[in-house]
This record gives sequence, structure tokens and C-alpha cells, in this order.
Amino acid sequence: MNYCIAFRTIVTKEIFRFIRIWPQTLLPPAITTALYFLIFGKLIGDRIGTISGTSYMDYIVPGIILMSVISHSYANVVSSFYSSKFQHNIEELLVAPIPNWIILSGYISGGIVRGLLVGVVVALISLLFTDIKVNNIPITLAIAVLTATVFALAGFINAILAESFDDISIIPNFVLTPLSYLGGVFYSVDMLPGVWQTVSMGNPILYMVNAFRYGLLGVTDIDIQLSFIITGGFIITLTSFSLYLLYKGIGIKN
Amino acid sequence: MNALSLRNLKKTYNNGFEALKGIDLDVEAGDFFALLGPNGAGKSTAIGIISSLVNASSGSVSIFGHDLKRDQAKAKSCLGLVPQEVNFNQFDTVKNILLNQAGYYGTPRKLALQRTEYCLKQMNLWDRRDTVSRRLSGGMKRRVMIARALVHAPKLLILDEPTAGVDIEIRRSMWNMMQQVNQQGTTIILTTHYLEEAESLCRNIAIINHGRIVENSDMASLLTRLHVQHFVLDLAQPIAAAPVIEGCQIELITHKTLAVAVPKEHSLNKLFSQLNAQNIDITSLKNKTNRLEQLFMDLIDSNPTGVKR
Ligand SMILES: Nc1ncnc2c1ncn2[C@@H]1O[C@H](COP(=O)(O)OP(=O)(O)OP(=O)(O)O)[C@@H](O)[C@H]1O
Ligand SMILES: [Mg+2]
Repeated sequence: MNYCIAFRTIVTKEIFRFIRIWPQTLLPPAITTALYFLIFGKLIGDRIGTISGTSYMDYIVPGIILMSVISHSYANVVSSFYSSKFQHNIEELLVAPIPNWIILSGYISGGIVRGLLVGVVVALISLLFTDIKVNNIPITLAIAVLTATVFALAGFINAILAESFDDISIIPNFVLTPLSYLGGVFYSVDMLPGVWQTVSMGNPILYMVNAFRYGLLGVTDIDIQLSFIITGGFIITLTSFSLYLLYKGIGIKN
Repeated sequence: MNALSLRNLKKTYNNGFEALKGIDLDVEAGDFFALLGPNGAGKSTAIGIISSLVNASSGSVSIFGHDLKRDQAKAKSCLGLVPQEVNFNQFDTVKNILLNQAGYYGTPRKLALQRTEYCLKQMNLWDRRDTVSRRLSGGMKRRVMIARALVHAPKLLILDEPTAGVDIEIRRSMWNMMQQVNQQGTTIILTTHYLEEAESLCRNIAIINHGRIVENSDMASLLTRLHVQHFVLDLAQPIAAAPVIEGCQIELITHKTLAVAVPKEHSLNKLFSQLNAQNIDITSLKNKTNRLEQLFMDLIDSNPTGVKR
């Protein structure tokens, strides 16, 4: 059995899906983040001064890029997988001789591609407002890919467990968005009062944002190694859980 | 070689409903097999288990000798499924649906394009290849599902009510197509509620009721079990009362039509000469119900509660 072809078919299908509906998938992040850069970076940022020696505008760029990567890798998988559950075309994959790990990696790859593509769009937009030289390319790329993987996996699990369209908007609205905003996108954790600094350390997004900021600017609140360990740990845990759900057929088989 | 073997297949749904109560079934390679039963009998449940869409509670499935649990990839690649409900991506074009399906089965691109064209032409859908599937009529959607099931050239094709809601012309062309596919060596399992369809196409048959197989034999010997045949006779001249003929039951439906129940040992020649003797002229004759339909009703009626006989 040639699983390469099956894998490629799923990934291509996923990429064509979000490109076909680009006004819903690629355009909105461009507009929202342009507004972030304009309002927070330019208008307000000019009055804030610098954090850790960089201008506020530059300081928020990595966080805003990564926030877009997170929400779009998640959104791609959750909406694509849930709608194929809803329309029952997921059955095509279940009947076909495709192992679960190929199904999973196909959907996850689709989510990673969308997350990274949106990340690139946002990065290009940031160049209209500021001029950032990348401090460390391998770390920047690695943490972007790993972060996209974590949230694509989370989106997959959400889609498998979801029983209605409401269920696929709860996590993004009530978990992802708050965690992203509290993940040090707009501020350094050093600026928080002591107890909130400790609480923030429980937020995984904080580690990813800081590692990404280190990659781009060379500035971080957190040990980079720890960031990679935590991100890797999430990937392993979420992958195992996804494969377990697929194996049991939870949410997709009777 | 069996194309399909089911052993003691049971399914209890999460709500506690026992849809299959232990099914054993063998379908030989090359067969054209009818799986019949009333609504809710468990046909789609069994097909769901065979095609990995439903988890069995217990029992085993083997497709061309490959156990569905231990030898999953091999078992699955032998199977093509036409499900009862439409289940393709309604936003995709007809051609893409088939190309993706071929990809899922590991078909290289070039071959996938050839197979797609071949199957769409076979199903009279080639001129619709670029149509978004949502815009197709119901009958066309069914044909898309058949074309999709054939794109990887499966050895066993299972069709769950493929002709439901399809006009007579297309149904005829589907029959031709199924016979063609079967003659080319593909084993076919068909479920349908049109019993004349099963009677004319299928060589072997199983009837399932309340989650149990209540009949499993070849069509010919099943039909010879029919003791009484029912005919409707049209008469040249109106008559006032039904004639009386020893051994046959005759009812007057209108003044010019009779319903006759004829036991097998009573020959039709004899019946006609007896009617002739009573000055009754017959202009035409037809079967009152399809023969299989009578048997089917007998089997279902004799076991209405699903209690094991
Ligand atoms: N997901 C489910 N949960 C609970 N019960 C179910 C489920 N799916 C089917 N059933 C029940 O199982 C029984 C068998 O259903 P099935 O769909 O297999 O019947 P069928 O023989 O295909 O009928 P039809 O000819 O109407 O398609 C029915 O009583 C049905 O209500
Ligand atoms: Mg059914």
C-alpha cells in the first residue's frame, strides 16, 4: 500500500480548501493584524517607549505573528475536520485503507501550512510598519512549525469531540484567545505583579511566544530550552490522544 | 474463495438497541448477492461494520480471506462501498471526488485520471465532471457514489439501496452497469427494496429481519418453494360472479378482471381449458405480485417478533 499518495491527497485537498475560501481564511488576519500594528504599535506604542531595549512596535510583532499562526492552524483543522464529519465525507477516509496516523498527519499538515502561510502574510504586513532583522532563523522557523503543530492537533481533538458547530467555537473563543492575550503578546511578564508572573508560567502560549520573540529579536523572558521541551511535550501528548480517539472511533464511528 | 465471510456478527448501539443478533454469512467470489430485509432489519448496520464505519460489538469479518481486524489494509482495499446516504463533499466537483478517492487508495495520479474518466463515462457523468456536486440531482448523486466506489477497481462492491429514488431509465442502466461489473469479475452485494430487481439480478440471497438471517439460499431454489402463484386475468366479456374451479381460489376484482391463486401442481393449461368450458375468454394475464415478494412477505410475517425459530 502506498501511503505517500494517500497522505499527499489529504494535504492537497486541505490546502486547496483554504485557498479556495481565501476571503474567509487569508484576508481577515491581514486586516486585523494591520489594525493591531497601527493602533497598538504606532499610535499607542510611540507613547510606551521600549521594552527590554526594543521599541514597543517591534516588541509586539513576534507575538502577533505567532498569535495568528496559533489561531489559524487551529481553525483550519477544527473547521475542516468537523465539516467533513458533518457532511459524512470523513467516511471516505474511514472506508479506505489509510492508517489513522496518515489521516492525522494529513490534516495536521494542512493546518500547519495554513498557520505558517498566515504567519508569513502577517510578517509581511509588519514590514509596512517596522523593519525587523531575524536574530536566529532556525529557532524562529522551528518554534513556528512546532507551535502550529500543537494547535493543529488541538483543533483536531476539538473537531473529533465536537457534536455541533457551537462546540467548535467554544475553545477558540474561551480558551485560545484569552491564553494568547495573556501569553505575553503585548507585554513582558516582568511587568506583571509577582503572583501574576507565577500564574502566567502555567500558560503554554507564553513559552512559545517568548521563544519566537527570541528567534526574531533576541529578547525573551524565558529559557528557550524550556520552551522547546514544553512545546514538544504538548505535541507528544496531543498526538497520542488524537491517535487514541481515532483508534477507538470516538466521535466518528458508531 | 469467499469474497465475504461474517461470523457471529453482533452489534448493540450505545442506546442499548441490539441491531444485529449474531449473523453468519458467506458470499462467494464472483457472486451477485442480494441482502434483503424490511426497514430497520439491520442491513446498513451490517454493511457499516463490513466497511469499518461501525464498530462491531463482537464477531468477525473477512474480505477475500483478509481479516478486517488483523489485516485491515488488505481487507479494505478489496472493498468498494456505495452507502445508503449521500456522503461526499458537496462543495467538491464530481471529478475531484473521484480523484481524491483514487488517491486515498494509493492510485498514482496518471492512473487515477484514467480511472476517473472511465468510471464517470460508465455512469454517464463525464459531461458533469466539473459540476459542483451539490448542484446534481438526487439520481446523479447516487451515480457519483457508484462511480466513486468503482474508481479503485474493488474486488467486492457493496451497494446499499443504490436504486432508491432513481427513475426507471437510469435504474435500467444501473442494472446493466452492475451486471457488466459483475461479469468482469467483481463480486456484488446489493440491498434493495425492489424485489423484482433482486430477483432478476441476483443469484444468491439472504433475508435479514430483526438482526437475524431468516433465509439464506440461492434464488432458484428459493423460488421453487413457492407453492401458490397469483395471477390477474383480464376478460373479454364482463361476468357477474367469480367462476368456481376445483383447487384454485378465484376472486372477482371488477367485472372484467379476476384474481386467481393457482397451486403449483395445477397446470395453467388446465386452468385455461376449465375457464374456457365456462365460456370465459381471457385477453391477458399478469403476475399479481412479484414472486420473490410473496416469499419475502411469508418469511417476514412468519417471524414478526424476531424471536429465533
Ligand atoms: N446510530 C444508531 N443508534 C441507535 N440505533 C441505531 C443506529 N443506527 C441504526 N439504529 C437502529 O438499528 C436498526 C437497524 O438499522 P439499519 O440502518 O441497519 O437498518 P436497515 O436494514 O438498513 O434499514 P433500511 O432498509 O431502512 O435502510 C434500526 O432499528 C435502527 O433504528
Ligand atoms: Mg439501510
